[in-house]
Amino acid sequence: MKRTTKTRLTRGSLYAIFVAAVAALVLAADWPAIQEAFFDVEIAKDLFPDVVVVAAKNTIIYTAIAFAGGMVFGLVLALMKLSPVAPYRWVATVYIEFFRGLPALLVIFTFAFAVPIAFQWRPPGGNAGAGLIALIVVSAAYIAETIRAGIQAVPKGQVEAAHSLGMPAGWTMISVVLPQAFRIVIPPLTNELVILIKDTSLLFIVGMTLSQQELTTFARDGVSSVANSTPLTIAALMYLAVTLPLTRLVAYMERRGARGR
Amino acid sequence: MTSTPAYEHAIDVQQLHKSFGDNEVLKGIDFHVDDGEVVCVIGPSGSGKSTLLRCVNRLEVPTKGRVLVEGVDMTDPETDLNDVRSRIGMVFQSFNLFPHLTVTANLTLAQRRVKKRGKAEAEKKARENLARVGLEDKADAYPAHLSGGQQQRVAIARALSMDPDLMLFDEPTSALDPELVGDVLAVMKSLAAEGMTMMVVTHEMGFAREVGDKLVFMDEGVIMEEGDPAEVLSDPQHARTQEFLSKVL
Repeated sequence: MKRTTKTRLTRGSLYAIFVAAVAALVLAADWPAIQEAFFDVEIAKDLFPDVVVVAAKNTIIYTAIAFAGGMVFGLVLALMKLSPVAPYRWVATVYIEFFRGLPALLVIFTFAFAVPIAFQWRPPGGNAGAGLIALIVVSAAYIAETIRAGIQAVPKGQVEAAHSLGMPAGWTMISVVLPQAFRIVIPPLTNELVILIKDTSLLFIVGMTLSQQELTTFARDGVSSVANSTPLTIAALMYLAVTLPLTRLVAYMERRGARGR
Repeated sequence: MTSTPAYEHAIDVQQLHKSFGDNEVLKGIDFHVDDGEVVCVIGPSGSGKSTLLRCVNRLEVPTKGRVLVEGVDMTDPETDLNDVRSRIGMVFQSFNLFPHLTVTANLTLAQRRVKKRGKAEAEKKARENLARVGLEDKADAYPAHLSGGQQQRVAIARALSMDPDLMLFDEPTSALDPELVGDVLAVMKSLAAEGMTMMVVTHEMGFAREVGDKLVFMDEGVIMEEGDPAEVLSDPQHARTQEFLSKVL
């Protein structure tokens, strides 16, 4: 048999297997049952407008707070990790390794239930507030590592040029290094943001008032009250409406960045 | 500089040693540059000439010895490094312009942060120095949109905007395409003609002969030979100098 014939036969049979598998799935599935379970139009309609004006809105607010807090705290940690003062480096390293090594769910649980009892602390915003603080604490560890990598990716000659002009270390960091570092880390930071959007769903563990509910908690409550999975589908579509454009944006920026350098 | 300076040499390097780990790059250098003098330093790669230059504004920390700039000891921990550095212009082989800033912002950043000049004053100074290097039309461009030769001239203008007393050049034309070298050398020549004190690490023997007041040949961390550029280039005394010059001339 000729080589080309053999290749063609192999490829043809791969296509045939694919078509057979899809056909089997389509024919075997009970479509009306699936539609009733996951996409009941009447139930879906009842979810609006709350799924948007309460749940999606809260998801976005929680993400924004956790990301903003994580950025501020993460920047401080990154600078500590690069500090010439050794104890600062130790503290930052221990913090980052500790919180990157733990499941976010465990940290949220600890902040919402264990810390308030142990420290006689009433978190602002109740359990949801405590959970949010936990999300900040965790995301700061990841963001710190991202920012540190960005700072170290700025060429050494930039710092030397600033120093040779008489610029002190602080101004050099603020005016020369950080603006370039942030440009470098925009794609990985946007990835952190996407992860954080999804991680706000972990807040369901703390139990929230109706007005505090984010998408996943809202969907879970919906499922138990209507005994149907449609709320999960709607919540999923809501997440994708936010995360898909963002991941596309990251891909675009990475392509552009690869061309620019 | 009308008054008599309170120091002997603009740059005074005494018994300078510098090691990177076990590798001793500078092995006891004595070297000086006087006010208004143009001193060119040549030598094979790895001879320590760039390290010597970088020790002058303490981008490298000397292992042993002293470096005095206008009488200020750069090796003294009490010295206000930023203050002395603001009086030493430095030009790098790789330009090191700030890529996120426009040309004007590159020239005004340190003026405003270090010299505490106002925006208008700093921008006026920037325009003057861009004109000096022939690039006043590039004030709003970003470095990435300039050729290598233009970037290096902007880098020179950036250093000049601090009104330095002396200038250090670390192989300023080595990263340039041959046809762009001339523009940069012309700017350096005009600076020398204005009486700027300059220390230039270079491979441009023509520039050294024409503009230099003194030529220093370094090899393996020591100064092998120094003197009048024309004499050193045409009649080198040391065997290593002869060998090096026979390869590059």
